[in-house]
Amino acid sequence: MSNFINLRVGSFIDLKLPTLIFIYFLFSTIIYSQNCNSIFSGFIVDLHDGSSLSGAIIKIDGTDDFVVSDDKGYFKFLGLCPMKYSVTVSHIKCKSKTFSVKLDGNIEKTLKLEHHINELNEVIVLAETNKRSKTIFENKISNEIIENNSSSNLGDILKNISGVSSINTGNSIVKPIINGLHGSRVDILNNEVNIQDQQWGIEHAPSIDINSATNIYVIKGAGALQYSGSAIGGIIIAEPSKTSLKDSLYGKTLVFGASNGKGGSIMSKLTRTYQSGWFSTIQGTFKRFGDFSASDYLMSNTGFIDKSASFRIGLNQYNYGFEFFLSHVNNEIGILRASHASSAGDQIRAIESESILYVDEFTYEIAPPKQKVTHNLAKLKVYKRFKDFGKVTFQYHFQNNQRLEFDIRRGANKNRASTDLKLKTHTLIIDYNSNFSKKVDFKLGLKGEFQNNFPNPETGVKRIIPDYDKYDFGTYFISNLKLNKNWLLEGGIRFDYSKIDALKYYRKSFWNSRNYNKSHSYIIIKELANQVLTNPVRNFNNFSYTIGLSKKINNSNKVLLNYSIASRAPNPSELYSEGLHHSSARIELGNLSFSSEKSHKIGLTLSHKKNNINFTVNPYINSISDFIYMNPTEIQQTVRGSFQVWEYKQTNARIWGIDTDMDYNFSKDILFKNQISFLKGIEKNGDPLINMPPLNIKNEISYKKTEFNDLNVSIQSDYTFKQNNYPNNNFEVFVPTTGRMEVVDVSSTPSAYHLLNFRSSVELKKVDKFNIKIGFRINNLLNKKYKNYQNRMRYYSHDLGRNIVLNLNLNY
Amino acid sequence: MKKLNLYALIMTVLFVSCSKDDDPAPVNEEEVITTLTVTLTPSDASANIILKTQDLDGDGPNVPVVTVSGNLKAALTYTGTMKFENETETPAENITTEILEEADEHQVFYTKGSGLTMSIASTKNDSKGYPLGTDFSITGLSASSGKLTFTLIHKPKKPNTGLADAGGSTDIQAIFDIVVE
Repeated sequence: MSNFINLRVGSFIDLKLPTLIFIYFLFSTIIYSQNCNSIFSGFIVDLHDGSSLSGAIIKIDGTDDFVVSDDKGYFKFLGLCPMKYSVTVSHIKCKSKTFSVKLDGNIEKTLKLEHHINELNEVIVLAETNKRSKTIFENKISNEIIENNSSSNLGDILKNISGVSSINTGNSIVKPIINGLHGSRVDILNNEVNIQDQQWGIEHAPSIDINSATNIYVIKGAGALQYSGSAIGGIIIAEPSKTSLKDSLYGKTLVFGASNGKGGSIMSKLTRTYQSGWFSTIQGTFKRFGDFSASDYLMSNTGFIDKSASFRIGLNQYNYGFEFFLSHVNNEIGILRASHASSAGDQIRAIESESILYVDEFTYEIAPPKQKVTHNLAKLKVYKRFKDFGKVTFQYHFQNNQRLEFDIRRGANKNRASTDLKLKTHTLIIDYNSNFSKKVDFKLGLKGEFQNNFPNPETGVKRIIPDYDKYDFGTYFISNLKLNKNWLLEGGIRFDYSKIDALKYYRKSFWNSRNYNKSHSYIIIKELANQVLTNPVRNFNNFSYTIGLSKKINNSNKVLLNYSIASRAPNPSELYSEGLHHSSARIELGNLSFSSEKSHKIGLTLSHKKNNINFTVNPYINSISDFIYMNPTEIQQTVRGSFQVWEYKQTNARIWGIDTDMDYNFSKDILFKNQISFLKGIEKNGDPLINMPPLNIKNEISYKKTEFNDLNVSIQSDYTFKQNNYPNNNFEVFVPTTGRMEVVDVSSTPSAYHLLNFRSSVELKKVDKFNIKIGFRINNLLNKKYKNYQNRMRYYSHDLGRNIVLNLNLNY
Repeated sequence: MKKLNLYALIMTVLFVSCSKDDDPAPVNEEEVITTLTVTLTPSDASANIILKTQDLDGDGPNVPVVTVSGNLKAALTYTGTMKFENETETPAENITTEILEEADEHQVFYTKGSGLTMSIASTKNDSKGYPLGTDFSITGLSASSGKLTFTLIHKPKKPNTGLADAGGSTDIQAIFDIVVE
């Protein structure tokens, strides 16, 4: 795809720009007729290799005057006055840059532009040629935000997008929520590879290093059928940088230090490109943090270590090309020691305690409870373009995910993981993108996937997720039709077949209590003293559809309307869970007979862009039949005390909401931003759904002064309301200390909170090819003590206190 | 012909790699405490009182079976010892040994229900001199009845002022109905 865009843009420049240049030059010579007569001329060159940049637009700020550089990179302004000018140079392949020039006579200057920063990404977005869905609004996290938050995780960085929040287990295990949905309802693609990393648990964070991506896109809906038919919540797409067709070597290093957790990160990336189309990129990230702090206490055992690396090599030609991509992500994350509760009694003690129940000295050590996750990924992609036919792409992906969870254990088991899962996935994809008509575009493709999960019995702990083999086959067809200049119609259909063939041990007492001995006795393959080995096999046939319209009303207004129907087969956790989930101190039970859940989502996007105002309003309604959720059903007595039993159930649910984004430029220097995310989720009987993010409003005002080394200062207000719509799942247990039945309040939601975040950055004077950017930030400026409804650790501790962050970005 | 080969290759990758292995091995849970036996030895020569809770399916649906062998006598004092076992294994695994080895990381808390008149105190300390509680003494009995609860906490905060501020996680909690006559 990248090559396609690359060349398209290239040919655009070749064909159209000479004409434009001619016109612009014509204008530029006649525009100035003041008494002033100075000439400002010069060359626009690439900062990296000094090559001339043609087609750059040089504009005098505060006026409408501009010229375009010619094929030698030369430009010339006539008739300027002897004063200080600020000029902005923009180029289709570069980051725009402002220079200040003092004229007291004629002057010739060489202006350098950074050629690789944005590469072609910005162009793609502007040209809208690469949109995954043309009728669902696509949000984007830019490279700049990623660079400024290099030590952050995917879940946290995505909160910059309206409608996206997260569900957390502490502050380092962060799962993105899109319009109220998370887990296996949200697909995450890392360089086109749909990450298979056990997304069924809340405490399983996605295995991805944001630093391997240049841009991250969020599609809030299931409309991008070429990737998946089951992404009822949405799709997150992390894309690596596009490489340009020139001989160049460049790199960047990001260094990050933070006061909270007394840690930091370092990330480096080096890219080599050749005019012939060959390219390679190598990137590595190391992060290490010790125990984090809430506003007035230490949260013991919350540190983490993250080691990631990626490597990419390929050939990017117009007619053919290939890419080989390797990625390794390894992290070890401590889980708040005070959260180690194993019964309802422990939970009561934690909830009722005024302060955190366990605090130790600050340390970088990570002790159990903790998790260690390794994700390895290999991708091979080959494409070929056929004249008057289109482009055919073939991909093979292999992924190996290993998840180890360590609990607090006794004796010889102390250093033994209590969960040890190995998930291997092989994927083959063939895609075809048509290219024989300007009016109709279509894509079709096939996908085959095989997945094997191996839960290691050596843990000595009963397996919650069983051994299974999963076979998937998918095929899709998407087309869009340009009705005329302003109207576009998009439609797609996808079929997915999946088969899960599992081998699962059930405890006999459970097997009989569920009446499986009557309904499912035929799946027993072995009977032991108090367990039965079963072979449940399930097949699912799912269809997904999307249809949408895009209408350009005029140059500043646009409307997108999309209706998508998506189906998701139940995941292994929903089918097979049976037993105590240690990390949540409750018994979780799946159901062997679940059917696929089906979502109908209608999303409308209105966008307005004019002069200094820019806003997007995105209301939606998602109606899901056979929605799989968990509900507490009873209290079970065990030797450890009482446990609440949570059963997976199916119901009809509805989620509706509205996301808005607004930018308003008060002046050239002052920008105001507002972002609102609101939603409501209910069950068929009107009961609220659990874990629905409360209303959030973000306001940000920023001041930018290009003349002072690109100074950027901003203050952000982030207000989260109290969630008043939540199901009451409280239960009663006998508490020996009081001698009474006591309510375990697991439902009540924390109060509203308001956080202030401060951000500033400057870009220092460049020496040769170097470019240094320094950022200084304070998150939670007022050190607010608060709890977040979306954090499972809220029973045991508060959320993060103040964090002072210094970051240094070097480009070379 | 070439196409056929490619097809064969795809099918090989997809399906040969997934030929079913042998049946997965069963997991015998090694750390589960299924059974707690509290032996109360009276100060005279009368028979020991046995308090026992047993839950053979762990966190499965069956509830624990709790038994008390007899009533306590107000005139006597008792010394108590506790035994923790995992009876899912044969022979049953004695978990008490592990608890004693890691005494610093464990503590048994006693909770008297209202109505029960007695004093109960740990007679076994860990290496740092903090109570471990697996052995204890019962004194000051008078005719009454109520609940007596034993809670074994793994990794409590030590020292602590009691169960409420001990943190840690419950390994076993057993509630017995006691009658003193």
